[in-house]
Amino acid sequence: MNRRMIFRVIGSILQIEAIFLVLSGVVSAIYKENKSLLAFLLSAVIAITVGTLLKTFSKPKTFVIYAKEGFVIVAFAWMLMSLIGALPFVISGDIPSYVDAVFEIVSGFTTTGASIITSFDGISHGTLFWRSFSHWIGGMGILVFVTAILPSVSERPIHILRAEMPGPTMGKLLPRLKDTAVILYIIYVIMTVILIALLIFGGMPVFDSIIHAFGTAGTGGFGVRADSVSSYSSYLQWVITVFMILFGVNFNIYYLLLIKKIKNFFTSEELWSYIGIILSATAIITVNIFSIYQNFADSLRNSAFQVASIISTTGYSTVDFNNWPTLSKTILIILMFIGGCAGSTAGGIKVSRIVIMFKMIGKEIKHMLHPRAVSSVRFEKRPVDAATTKNIGNYFLIYFVCFFVILLLLSADSITVGTVNNAFETNFSAAAACFNNVGPGLSAVGPLASYAQYSDFSKIVLSFAMLLGRLEIFPLIIALSPSCWSRNK
Amino acid sequence: MKIMVVGCGKIGATITKALIAEGHDITVMDNDPAVISEITNIYDVMAICGSGTDCEALAEAEVDTAELFIAVTGSDEFNMLSCFLAQKMGATYTVARIRNPQYNAKKSDLLKKELSISHAINPELSAAKEMLNVLKLPSAVKVETFSRGNFEMIELSVKENSPLDNMMLMELRKKYTEKFLICAVERDDKVYIPGGNFVLKSGDKIGLLAAPTEIQRLLKQLGILQKQARNVMILGASRTAYYLSRMLLDSGNSVKIVEINHARCIEMSEALPEAVVINGDGASRELLLEEGIANVDAFLSLTGDDEKNILLSYFALEQNVPKVITKVNRDEYFATAEKLGLETIITPRKSIANIAVRYARALQNSMGSKVETLYKLMDEHAEALEFVAAADCEILGIPLKQLCTKPNVLVGGIIRGRRAIIPNGDDAIMAGDRVVVISTGHPLADLEDIVEG
Repeated sequence: MNRRMIFRVIGSILQIEAIFLVLSGVVSAIYKENKSLLAFLLSAVIAITVGTLLKTFSKPKTFVIYAKEGFVIVAFAWMLMSLIGALPFVISGDIPSYVDAVFEIVSGFTTTGASIITSFDGISHGTLFWRSFSHWIGGMGILVFVTAILPSVSERPIHILRAEMPGPTMGKLLPRLKDTAVILYIIYVIMTVILIALLIFGGMPVFDSIIHAFGTAGTGGFGVRADSVSSYSSYLQWVITVFMILFGVNFNIYYLLLIKKIKNFFTSEELWSYIGIILSATAIITVNIFSIYQNFADSLRNSAFQVASIISTTGYSTVDFNNWPTLSKTILIILMFIGGCAGSTAGGIKVSRIVIMFKMIGKEIKHMLHPRAVSSVRFEKRPVDAATTKNIGNYFLIYFVCFFVILLLLSADSITVGTVNNAFETNFSAAAACFNNVGPGLSAVGPLASYAQYSDFSKIVLSFAMLLGRLEIFPLIIALSPSCWSRNK
Repeated sequence: MKIMVVGCGKIGATITKALIAEGHDITVMDNDPAVISEITNIYDVMAICGSGTDCEALAEAEVDTAELFIAVTGSDEFNMLSCFLAQKMGATYTVARIRNPQYNAKKSDLLKKELSISHAINPELSAAKEMLNVLKLPSAVKVETFSRGNFEMIELSVKENSPLDNMMLMELRKKYTEKFLICAVERDDKVYIPGGNFVLKSGDKIGLLAAPTEIQRLLKQLGILQKQARNVMILGASRTAYYLSRMLLDSGNSVKIVEINHARCIEMSEALPEAVVINGDGASRELLLEEGIANVDAFLSLTGDDEKNILLSYFALEQNVPKVITKVNRDEYFATAEKLGLETIITPRKSIANIAVRYARALQNSMGSKVETLYKLMDEHAEALEFVAAADCEILGIPLKQLCTKPNVLVGGIIRGRRAIIPNGDDAIMAGDRVVVISTGHPLADLEDIVEG
């Protein structure tokens, strides 16, 4: 294990985080919030000190890293980044409890959008900006960002990016990884800017537009109001709906559009499955909730918004879907697990894994009918190799193991959230919403409620669940397993 | 520059590594998913799993944007077809690895022309040429030739008590009148471009540049000239062995080949009627002694098995064979082999990587003073390049001492017409000169790159 290299890369990440903290400090300065300005500057100093110390005390003998180091770097970078990123909330006094602050920032970086803030009165603009900005950074990935801007992070940086980027396989756009990272961020920035412009055009205040653009781009879900986006105009809600769907699409597809390979764009199996799921879910829910709104336009808008928000794992809401019929709520829960496309900023299991999994089941059934049949699973017009199918099968298994462990830990907690009747629904949806990086759940953690009622223990469990979901389980488990650290295992 | 490499075996991987170090954008293709995932783990390349003769896969790899297309799979026919397709689909230059002697005969240049292959590379043939050079001058560890043989760069190791041991370069220059230049010294894994007051020590490896006749005379003066090897024993009837034997036999030397496979022995004896072909296990001491290993001028171990090559070369050293050459494919064994005292170790794929790098640099700089030859010296720590000075080159006519050359860059030799000059500070480069430059560190693509700025 090349520990020095691990410390070095994490050191660089903390230095970059310091820059982001200063940026949030600038926002505080604009709104003349001295207390939070001070908090950001102090946190930036801490980040840069720790980062520089890590770098100066670990001069690597070799810059070569392997898959193992990649996992460890990503896991620890995200944890340390969150521990330091929580400081300004505590120092400025906006979120006095450190556990709450860590929950909030983990929720930010992992683009979950689950909040413990119950009232937005008196929360500084700097704090609001920082938590939404963390969505934007965490969405595309901090290590992708570092790869894009620093000359050379390490030899074989692919191991780091592979551990951070969601999806079963990583598609490179250009021969050089650095160029790929740059292209991804360029697409990301351009789409975010377009969204900000469209929101401002629709009459949303500039600050709110930036916050909601960050929340949508990272598929996070932090806003500036307790009722999420329900009080904005229906134009703004539609804009956000469309962009939530767009940010849940594999970014490689936008690159294909950029280089004018439109044919590949229209033949992407994952994209069409994603759109198909959205359309059918929206149609069912529209019909199902028509009786509540008695108006087709409202039903469609609310249903489309909620579906887009949940499948892209953003977590904004226009209505309290707690009051919806059970069918609609169940569909939303299923969408939470499906999530967006691989290579997007969304969470969840990912559409490509689901599609391949169903094809594997189909193959298995065919095999039972014709025991001697020889067939292969095909995806995006080519056979999926055995290693990938095996990996996906294992991922499903470990995914649900983790989910039920989280659920069990929440239920074991002495403090029950919600009433006796809806405690299970609350815990189940909280675990699903955090693990899949969605944000709001049902019942006591519904779109209008918050996670503040959970105990510190449960908040730590849920923070961990969010990290597990964002990094797709393996990096964290590998980094924390003793055999990874022992010298010869 | 965008370069595609088809076939990621040992040769493909070596070429990829060398070209990435040059800063090119590489796309690799291979049929085997395991090879593809391995190569993406190690190198920063775009990897595509597919066949190099599959038009759809080639289109997906955007072969039309490739400026250089290199096909180095194990099959000649595959490489040729792949290059042909790539060229038709828009790749600018194509390079194919072609090993079979029948495709390489002079007559069948037709094949190359008709398939529009820009360059054919043959690792076995270039390895054989490299070995032949060393056999002609066995005192050297390695011999590279520039400008069609007008200059030679030889690597020598300084032995204890040799006249070079503890010698200051300035004194060396005074003592011997031959025109030569010691242009690089490797000591403790570092390479220096030595100045006049550099003192040589035993254990150093030195790079010496001079005209071939001068080298002969100098080595004779120094008392370390070994006669050309005329009586050669080769172990393993590989392709390299065939090419080398052919060249040795054509210049009237005697060659004995030991090979374990009977069928291969018959093929070899048919192709090389003048050679003595022995069917037997080269690993048997008895056989080698019986066939007179103790009396040969040179012993070459060219089997496909690195371990066997290293061990039997060591055995030959023990039998006091004056020159031992070992073929080693895996980089990992280099250091071990050197520790055992084996000096001349030849790897076919290394010279191929040099050719690919040279080709890429020349393409990058098709307007200026092109790189004609490129060698990696001293375990790849330094490189020697030969440029042809173009008429519009900015450093023409300026005495070398007035040029502000980069540190670690040295103008080692100039070939003007047929005359080989070891330049001093007053000499200047003229248009049309062939210039040999030694560099440790900077990759040079143009002659003008030797000056600062």
